[in-house]
Parts: sequence; structure tokens; C-alpha cells
Amino acid sequence: MTEVRSERLHAHAPEVSAARARRWGSFYFMEHMLRGMRAYLVTIVVTSVGNPLLYLFSMGVGLATIVDRSQSTHFEGIGYLAFAAPALLVSSAVMTCANEMMFPVMDGFKWRRVYYGPHVTPLVPGQLALGHVMAVSVRLLVQCTVFFLIMLAFGAALSPMAWLLVPVGVLAGMAFGTPLMAYAASIQKENFQFSMIQRFVIMPLFLFSGTFYPLETMPAAMQWIGWISPLWHGNQLGRLVSIGASEPAWLVVVHIAYLAVLVVLGIVLARRSYTKRMDA
Amino acid sequence: MAGVRAMRRRVISARDLVKTYGDFNAVDGISFDVPAGESFGLLGPNGAGKSTTMRMIGGVTQRTSGHLDIMGLDPEHQGPEVRAHLGVVPQQDNLDEELRVRDNLIVYGRYFGLPRAYLEQRADELLEFAQLEDKAKARVDSLSGGMKRRLTIARSLINEPKILLLDEPTTGLDPQARHVLWDRLFRLKEQGVTLVLTTHYMDEAEQLCDRLIVVDKGKIMAEGSPTALIREHSSREVLEVRFGADRNAAVVPRLDGVGERLEALPDRILVYTDDGEGSLEQIRNRGLHPVTSLVRRASLEDVFLRLTGRSLVD
Repeated sequence: MTEVRSERLHAHAPEVSAARARRWGSFYFMEHMLRGMRAYLVTIVVTSVGNPLLYLFSMGVGLATIVDRSQSTHFEGIGYLAFAAPALLVSSAVMTCANEMMFPVMDGFKWRRVYYGPHVTPLVPGQLALGHVMAVSVRLLVQCTVFFLIMLAFGAALSPMAWLLVPVGVLAGMAFGTPLMAYAASIQKENFQFSMIQRFVIMPLFLFSGTFYPLETMPAAMQWIGWISPLWHGNQLGRLVSIGASEPAWLVVVHIAYLAVLVVLGIVLARRSYTKRMDA
Repeated sequence: MAGVRAMRRRVISARDLVKTYGDFNAVDGISFDVPAGESFGLLGPNGAGKSTTMRMIGGVTQRTSGHLDIMGLDPEHQGPEVRAHLGVVPQQDNLDEELRVRDNLIVYGRYFGLPRAYLEQRADELLEFAQLEDKAKARVDSLSGGMKRRLTIARSLINEPKILLLDEPTTGLDPQARHVLWDRLFRLKEQGVTLVLTTHYMDEAEQLCDRLIVVDKGKIMAEGSPTALIREHSSREVLEVRFGADRNAAVVPRLDGVGERLEALPDRILVYTDDGEGSLEQIRNRGLHPVTSLVRRASLEDVFLRLTGRSLVD
């Protein structure tokens, strides 16, 4: 090496490292995860742009043409596309978040053990859980924004408040994702539990949470699925902000509170299972 | 030497360390001190409690009882502060395969809150140290086992730690890769870094450790420098003779009086002696003709065998 360096820099004192890690540790891990996602950047961009395009095109040009011809009163008196689009945005956020909270968590603990690198640094396991949540939130934020912009292009966002769909999407995604993360962190071996969740939890929720038609049109005996489903609460909030759907104020509060409680509970439980698992 | 050691500051001090899982004592009352700049080894078979001890030092496993002091800090209550002082090379590589080689170093350095300008410089320095300069942009999964190990060591040095913990640093590597790695660890030792390493390879312990403890079933069996341990628990030379698997046991009584001590293993007989060639001559004079014979210097393997009645690597 013939290169002349102006000054050789030194690491700061361990006390400084520890103090910074205590304060910013979650952000450091978020940064790491986001860098990791860059490896999948093409996939992420293609799905973020491709999904809404496919959904909105098939709904807007396909299904909506037939539905709108029947002059149904079920869809808030607006075009079917505008009715379905906010729920599709929220659904796609929930599905992305669910995936990011299952396989990558198992990967961190077991498959490639990525969590165990930072584990021996000044970070603590709870910060890994939080950093993971934060990184996935960033991904959801980007995905929901792209979805929203495509909705605008399709003329499917009617209210001036429609941009609020972006935070609603992130909130609903996390309400489903963080409890799932706590669960994923607690299982020792992946015996297809994740595919079971995809098939028997996520898929039914997608179909029975008032995504394609209002929950009230379902038999009363099945409406409870919507009430416990973060997706339904997210869908209702989404329609409220996107098309100005009528919803009593108390119910709006219930939607927001239900989702927020799930997010907080999920994070608390996830931090606990991360700590328990890693510090044994 | 001992005087110099006594003068140096203790960086690690363990007293009666115990770690219990259920009713199993993985670590059962271990005490030791490590002065600054020493290479300290924990030698023992798999499951002896070496890794658990390392994990307690690193503050990632809480001890069941006992006292532990790392640079004047207690890892149980000041985990982040203790870990900020350490470099840790885990037994199992956990590099991020989604990141490039150099990015693995940078991302890791961020965990110590280190600024980017420093990390850029340090990463290049460490790639050079690990002889991976031309792999900076390579994908981690394209590296050989030895290269991954060197990258893991480079990563552990990102914060310029004064104490480096290495858990089985060369397990699974071929002999050449091990020698390259040992050479790198020697350099760190020369720079004054305190090395604490676990190994079940006697040659590794002899090469790298100033002092070591022999651990078995969670307890310390012996403590000292490799040479002192060999002197104390073994003869100078060892003669290994093989008579074939089915004959070894039968031959043992006829070797009575040869060397200082005999150890019959399933596949060979060890004769502890100060004069290997002389003992072999004695055996031949008794009309016994081993299929193969080998005279070697006594090693830590012999010490371990003596202390526990079992061999290190099964």
C-alpha cells in the first residue's frame, strides 16, 4: 500500500460505544436490515409496483365494469374500483408485513443466525426486535406510497384525505405483523407453521375482512371474523380516508385503538421472546 | 515471567462461576484470572462448558452464581458496556450473506456507534489484515471456510478491542487455513491484544496460549502453561505402538515395566517414557513386533488423557 493517509482515525472509547448503542441500537439494526433488503431491491420494487397495477387493473377494468353496471347500493354509491382500492392497499401491506415477520425472523435466529452477529455487540435483543419492526415499517411506507400513487393514477382516490391511506396501511400491516413476529420468535423449529398461517389465517382474513364487499353483506354468523381481523379495521379506516365513507366516530376510535393496541402488544411480546431466546 | 504477569492489570476475573440448565451444571465452579496481554486458553472436549464460560464473559448468558469482572464491569448488569470492550469470534460463523464482504465490516461497526469515516478506513485496514483485500466486493457465500473465518475475526476487530474472545477459532478448517489464522492471531498478540480462546485442539492450545485451563464436565482439571502442564502430567516423550485392534489389550501385560506408564487405547498403546527409541528397543527385545510405532513429543492430549482418562477429540 503506497497510499498516504492524512490521518489514522481511532475508534472512540468503549464507554462511548455503549452509550450510543443504548440510545440508538434499534436504529443501527434497522440500518443493517435495510441494507440487507437492498439485495432484494428488484423483487421489492417489482412487487411494490406490479401488485397494485395488477390488482387495480383487474378490478378497475375487469370486475368493476360488471359490478358498476348493476348499480349496486352496497358500494357507498361510488365506483367499485374506488371502493376496493383502499382495501387492496391495506391488504397488500398486511401480507407483506406478515411475510417479513415470519421467515426473516426464523432466519435471524436459526437459519443464517443473522441476529447472533449483533448479539455480541453492545446491542441487546430487544433492540433487534424493535430494529426489525422499524426496518419493515420503512418498507411498508415505501410500498404503501407507491400503491397510493398508482391509485391516484387510476383515479381511485376520491377524498383529499386519501394520502392518509399510507399511514393506515403501515398501521394495519404492523397490527398483524408484530404479534406474528412474537410468535415466530417463540418457535424453535419451522414445521410448516408459516405456510399454515399463510393458508389458514392470512388468506381467510383477506377474503372475509370486507376487502371486496362490505362486511355487512356476509352472514351475521361470519361477521366476527371481520371484528377480530386487523385487516377489516384497516380496510374501514382506509375507506374512511380514501372515499370519505360514512363511519360513526366511536367506531373510528375502535378501529384505531384496536390496531394500535395490537402493534404495542406485539412489540412488547416480541421483545420479550427475543430476550428470552437469546439470553438463555 | 510470573512477576511480570502479577504486575499487569487483570482484565478478566472469574470466581466460582456456575451455570445451570435445569439440573445440569454446564459450568460448575470455575475460577480464573486473565492479565492484560495474555493469551489464555480453555482446553477441553465438546460439552466441557468452554463455550458457556465464554458466553458468560461476553455477557450474553447470565451466570447462575459466582462473580465475574470484565475490565471492572459486571456483564450481568453492564452488558452493553462489557461488550463494547470486547471482540467476539463465535463458534459458528454468522456473517450476513446478503451483504458484501466489506459491508459486513461496516454494518457491524455501526453497532458500536462508530462514525462512517472511521469505519471506511478501518474496514480497508482489516481487509488487508485478513488478506481479503481483493474480496472486498465479493459475496460472502463465495468465500471459502478459512476466508469466512478470517472475515469473522476482522469483523470482531472493528472496534479496536483490547480483549478478543475466540470460540473454537479453527474448528472445521484445513491445516493450511489454520496456520494462516494462527499467524494472524499471533500478530494480534504482539499488538498487545488479550486473547481468550477455547479449543479442543491440543496443537492450537500449544501454539497460541501462554497459559490455559483444562476443563472437563464444567470443572477445571489443571491450570498452567502448556509446557508446565506437559512436564507435570506427562513424560517427555510418548511411544505409540499398534499391534492390531484385537491384539492391543492382550499385549499390554507383556509390556509391564517399559517406560514410566502405559495407556491402552482401543486402537493403540501409549508408552510414556523419557526415551522413546530406547523403550521401543526394549519392546522388540521382548520378542514383540508392533505393526507400527511412532515416537513423539508429549502433548496436551496426553495431559488430558492423564487427567480425565478420556481423549479430547472423539
